[in-house]
Amino acid sequence: MKHLIFTVFLSLFSVQAMAAGGGVHLDHTDIDITDQASLQRGAKTFVNYCLSCHQAAYMRYNRMAKDLGLTDDQVKDNLMFASDKIGDTMTIAMRPEDAKKWFGVTPPDLSVIARSRGTDWLYTYLRTFYLDSSRPVGTNNLAFKDVGMPHVLWEQQGYQTKDPETGELIAPENAPLSTHEYNQLVHDLVNFLAYMSEPSKLQRMALAKWVLLYLIVFFLIAYPLKKAFWKDIH
Amino acid sequence: MFSGFMNWVDARFPASKMWREHLSEYYAPKNFNFWYFFGSLALLVLVIQIVTGIFLTMNYKPDAALAFASVEYIMRDVPWGWLIRYMHSTGASAFFIVVYLHMFRGLIYGSYKQPRELVWLFGMLIYLVLMAEAFMGYLLPWGQMSYWGAQVIISLFGAIPFIGEQLALWIRGDFVVADATLNRFFAFHVIALPIVLLGLVVAHIIALHEVGSNNPDGVEIKKLKNKEGKPLDGIPFHPYYTVKDIVGVIVFLFIFSLVLFYMPEMGGWFLEHANFIPADPLKTPEHIAPVWYFTPFYAILRAVPSINASAFPGVVAMGLSIVFLFLLPWLDRSPVKSIRYRGPYFKIALTLFIISFLVLGFLGTQPATELYTLIAQISSVIYFAFFIFMPFYTKFDKDKPVPERVTS
Repeated sequence: MKHLIFTVFLSLFSVQAMAAGGGVHLDHTDIDITDQASLQRGAKTFVNYCLSCHQAAYMRYNRMAKDLGLTDDQVKDNLMFASDKIGDTMTIAMRPEDAKKWFGVTPPDLSVIARSRGTDWLYTYLRTFYLDSSRPVGTNNLAFKDVGMPHVLWEQQGYQTKDPETGELIAPENAPLSTHEYNQLVHDLVNFLAYMSEPSKLQRMALAKWVLLYLIVFFLIAYPLKKAFWKDIH
Repeated sequence: MFSGFMNWVDARFPASKMWREHLSEYYAPKNFNFWYFFGSLALLVLVIQIVTGIFLTMNYKPDAALAFASVEYIMRDVPWGWLIRYMHSTGASAFFIVVYLHMFRGLIYGSYKQPRELVWLFGMLIYLVLMAEAFMGYLLPWGQMSYWGAQVIISLFGAIPFIGEQLALWIRGDFVVADATLNRFFAFHVIALPIVLLGLVVAHIIALHEVGSNNPDGVEIKKLKNKEGKPLDGIPFHPYYTVKDIVGVIVFLFIFSLVLFYMPEMGGWFLEHANFIPADPLKTPEHIAPVWYFTPFYAILRAVPSINASAFPGVVAMGLSIVFLFLLPWLDRSPVKSIRYRGPYFKIALTLFIISFLVLGFLGTQPATELYTLIAQISSVIYFAFFIFMPFYTKFDKDKPVPERVTS
């Protein structure tokens, strides 16, 4: 019976996860926002490739510096191309109305994208662009059909093609990065997006055990107290 | 010194008298079990919601252009803002979990029965106001689910014949959910409804303390008193139940903290994924589902077929599903309160009712396929049958004799 309840409980969660995916098979990647090296690599990819069309208007550079173990100067020198004040949020110069004209849709803000799309979706999406001459930008995507965004990371991955019979993606020859290296690059980027979607997660995970420990100590006092008061009842 | 001060106060305000009447000399049955924790826990969650709500209000902006960003500002830039916000969002779901368990306790032990009809009615009003409070609060983060959830629910009023469209317009203050809607929902959420809620909670407790608490045996402890006029099976609420409830509070806070710190979204059930996309009046999400605590009623709404393309019958059914709960004290004709001494009819009916409620709750989260609609219709019939046939199956049930005194 317990097992049954547990299974039903789990299946409820997986239903929600599938609903977010829209029926496409999603590849899983393990997220670890305490891995500062991965976050730093991800941040570098983010500011170089994403932060020209997308913004992250709720994320501040100096907050990122603090959480990623970087100094303000390191961030200013290596990661700040779009703003000049370290306390700024990650906004861009492109006007939304221009963006809409060029891409057909304003590129969404990426501050909390990992919370709405889910990290597995992002990991799959960024790895499944393929050549499609019927699209205005020349590429299409398995996770997001007919997406307006071009394959921005082509310099890294090269262009995949889609086998017309099996529907599977074929890796390009002479790709700049091997499949493994590219997967790693996307993993780091998604890891950074996950961090950025909730920087306070670092604090909440760190605080959790102290709150729970406090409650356990409180319980060890309160329960014997209750027992002592209730000794003469019944 | 202290007694001198209390004498001064008591001559002007019944402080000691109230302390005695509601705590130190309020006699509660000594056999309260697990199910009796949820009343005090509901009060705790109410306090959590009010206190965290006050702090959220200091940084939240009730403006369609600023609301979504102000929530993220609270999550990132306000010191401890993330903790306050998660306490409030987790608290909303916790409130409904606690209240549903509290109501279930009332069902199994017949706490709504004479002489506690008003306790039950005040409680049901609290539940009703709580639903309005939660519904309006859910619009405030101004995410896609906030927006479209509100759009769907308000449009239900539009299904009422003749006045519907005008009524929906009047509620929204605009032709679609918009800035005006957000502003008025904010006003209701932070001022109007909390005041009503607090007033009802006071009435609920005053009514309860007037008649005294029921217990798992459904025995009236006031019938048998000792020489001093104290109930034989009663113990003073303070200190006995205060020390006991503290233990319940700690266990509750432990589970509450596990969710708050390790899974504040609860896999998309407490904070829906789509609500991290800012509200967009031009883009309807593929699948709109209300938050989990409304889903049983939403499933009933969808299960009832439309007449002339009007969802009005479904709206009526949804309304009735709540109205029947109000009528419970008069539908139940059994002389026995507690399930411990009830006959098989009631036990079977209650089991079916709980199953149908849970199934409806699940179906309300899912897209309405043909199979799911059929299951929802069967479950709705069971839900209503529980109430409609209650006067009969409770009257003719084979109840067991109820003991004079509480057991264990």
